[in-house]
Amino acid sequence: MKVLKTIKLYINGEFPRTESGRSYPIMDHDGKEYARVCQGSRKDFRNAVEAAKNAQAAWSKRTAYNRGQILYRMGEMAQGKLEEFSQLFQTCLGLSHEKSVDMAQAGIDAFIYYAGLADKYTQILCSVNQVNGPFHNFTTPTPIGITTYADADKFDFKLLVSHLCAIILSGNSVVAILGKGCPAIIAPLSEVFATSDLPPGVINLITGSFDEVAGFVAGHHEVQALFVAGDRSANSKQVSELKLLAVDNMKRLHLIGEKTSALELVMKAVEMQTIWHPIGV
Amino acid sequence: MSKKMEARSLARKGKALSPPIKSSSVKKTKAKTSVPTKKTRDQKRTRAFTQYAPAPESSKVVTLKEKYDHYINGEFVAPSSKTYMDSINPATGKVLAKVAVGNQKDVDLAVAAARAAYNNVWSKMPASERSKYLFRIARILQERAREFAVLESMDGGKPIKESRDVDIPLAAQHFFYYAGWADKLEFAFPGKKLRPLGVCGQIIPWNFPLLMAAWKLAPALATGNTVVLKPAEQTSLTALLLCEVLEEAGLPPGVVNIVTGAGATGDALVKHPDVNKIAFTGSTDIGKLIARNVANSTKKLTLELGGKSANIVFEDAALDQAVEGVINGIYFNQGHVCCAGSRLLVEECIHDVFIKKLKKRMETLRVGDPLDKNTDVGAINSKEQWLKIKELIEIGKKEGGDFYEVSTDAPTQGYFQKPCLFTGVSNSHTIARTEIFGPVLTVLTFRTPDEAILKANDTPYGLAAGIWSEKGSKIHKVASSLRAGVIWANTYNKFDAASPFGGMKESGHGREGGLQGLFPYLEIE
Repeated sequence: MKVLKTIKLYINGEFPRTESGRSYPIMDHDGKEYARVCQGSRKDFRNAVEAAKNAQAAWSKRTAYNRGQILYRMGEMAQGKLEEFSQLFQTCLGLSHEKSVDMAQAGIDAFIYYAGLADKYTQILCSVNQVNGPFHNFTTPTPIGITTYADADKFDFKLLVSHLCAIILSGNSVVAILGKGCPAIIAPLSEVFATSDLPPGVINLITGSFDEVAGFVAGHHEVQALFVAGDRSANSKQVSELKLLAVDNMKRLHLIGEKTSALELVMKAVEMQTIWHPIGV
Repeated sequence: MSKKMEARSLARKGKALSPPIKSSSVKKTKAKTSVPTKKTRDQKRTRAFTQYAPAPESSKVVTLKEKYDHYINGEFVAPSSKTYMDSINPATGKVLAKVAVGNQKDVDLAVAAARAAYNNVWSKMPASERSKYLFRIARILQERAREFAVLESMDGGKPIKESRDVDIPLAAQHFFYYAGWADKLEFAFPGKKLRPLGVCGQIIPWNFPLLMAAWKLAPALATGNTVVLKPAEQTSLTALLLCEVLEEAGLPPGVVNIVTGAGATGDALVKHPDVNKIAFTGSTDIGKLIARNVANSTKKLTLELGGKSANIVFEDAALDQAVEGVINGIYFNQGHVCCAGSRLLVEECIHDVFIKKLKKRMETLRVGDPLDKNTDVGAINSKEQWLKIKELIEIGKKEGGDFYEVSTDAPTQGYFQKPCLFTGVSNSHTIARTEIFGPVLTVLTFRTPDEAILKANDTPYGLAAGIWSEKGSKIHKVASSLRAGVIWANTYNKFDAASPFGGMKESGHGREGGLQGLFPYLEIE
């Protein structure tokens, strides 16, 4: 007989159950129960932000080369789970074997793509500014800090991986709330993160309903940015409400999706800092 | 030869008007009469040094109109409300001119003009032609610089040497800088198609009236947008004089429209359905209000808001240079600077010697007539702001801060606040957390670089910071740990059209200046 499990959350490098004790069944494509996932609560989110906060400074102090290597390691670990990913997509999304392998490989390739961007985006976004005086003046992207991410309800593995990588590669930490499309992805994905030398707390994954915690997420004062995936409209009711709540601590709210390029994603996850220093003897 | 010069030439020859006092005679007189202490002697000497003969810039170069109307579609239009507000010279408290109060109707008219100009003219014009208009504006501004500088000082109370050497030249530079971008936008984001947003509503503050207008207008126009601009109600005059420059440059009607008024006028602009973007510079409170007002729309928004910036002085800094930097950081423009170095973080071991040097330098600051070329600290911009500063100083005293104010004279008429500082303050004091926007410095101490970083970042703001140290590695470490958009290392309050400016956290979002200053006005396709 098959052993049914409840897939747990991924917070601070650990796999806790939701403190709320709530879980819900997820069905495979044939309508049979595949597993149960935790329905994360506000408290889980708060704990995850705490972990993200503790991890962020040290993560941003790592060299870009080191962060790139860790992203590459994620790609390596994910490649080892290709079969597991594709099996999951077949079962939960009803994809053919070929399509599920394509989707899994596209996500794995996204790890590699961003691994190679970690030590280059500053060279693309930086500028040395010719000011009218004897000063060395340059502008450089710095991480925003602690961020949250709401995944699209329509599941796309490549986009999910791309978004998470683009957010963390500059030194941010993230609390990601996975969408309704394929919440079971949390199991293999968190195992990838847990075995890639990624410091605990840099990526935290929560399953559950974004709608339920959205207001709390947008209003949380420790969070500096909120990324909402799925190409949502800027004046939809939910986005308007999120914007309103984000105003309190001037949280950056970015609507992202399929059309957002890698460089735009990275730009949305950084703050430009300009430094002046006199030139002279 | 004047007496002063005579004394100086005699002194050079080794003579003096009065015989030098021998040390023995000093002792003698000390016993009999009360000789001034060294401190008061120093103060007197400094005072003599600072008391220059008045050197006022003539205000004749400016022709003030009795009343000013809106500038809409290339014409001066009377306000539909038929009401005008007073524009006051804060150095005298007297009315300079009357300025139109805009309402919904005026804003509607201006937005319609901007929309028509966007659709029919500005977005269709070759970028190289747009560029040439901006170059022209820059040139004319340079040519009429003195007129603008004098009017700026009359209207806003800032010292003429600052409006003459900082505000107006930087405003011209801004137009010159962005003029060159107009036909090179494809280099700003290679491989992407960029397009303007449409009609931009821009609301600017009273601390750098013309400069802020330039910061807003130049990038918006260079990228192909049209504009409705609302100056601050206290300081509308240079923006209205700018309309003459726009006309002189032949800018097509409706590309720039200026509607004057106070909060209600700005509100009408923010809520207008046909505005694609709002750019605001001002207080964090109003910035949040605006952000809430555009939340249920697709309007783009950039905000440049308040600050409580830390100026960190390490024990290994060049102290005399650091003193100059701290002075410039907080007393420049009467402290009406969003990025003012209003929190001095000084390493504990040099606190006493540094504060002594700082106070000595503060004593030499001349407070007075903004139009006098010798004035260092002019008038507080408005009565309202003057009262707010006074109130915050009282709160600072009540909460136990040690208050020090310079002994130099200040005019008794108009709104003046002498440079002052608080020592013995901790991060929890109101004056260490609230933006005062006046010539009031709050002094805190730290023991290690980590503590300095912690204290500097312990604020919801994140606009700017200063670092003073002769050790490069320390500067880089501290700079990368500070959550502020602009870092001045061994300098402070430097601005340039090519240098992106803007804040993190609650100091707003978006950058103004430089390549990065183009993005808030472009849609990436």
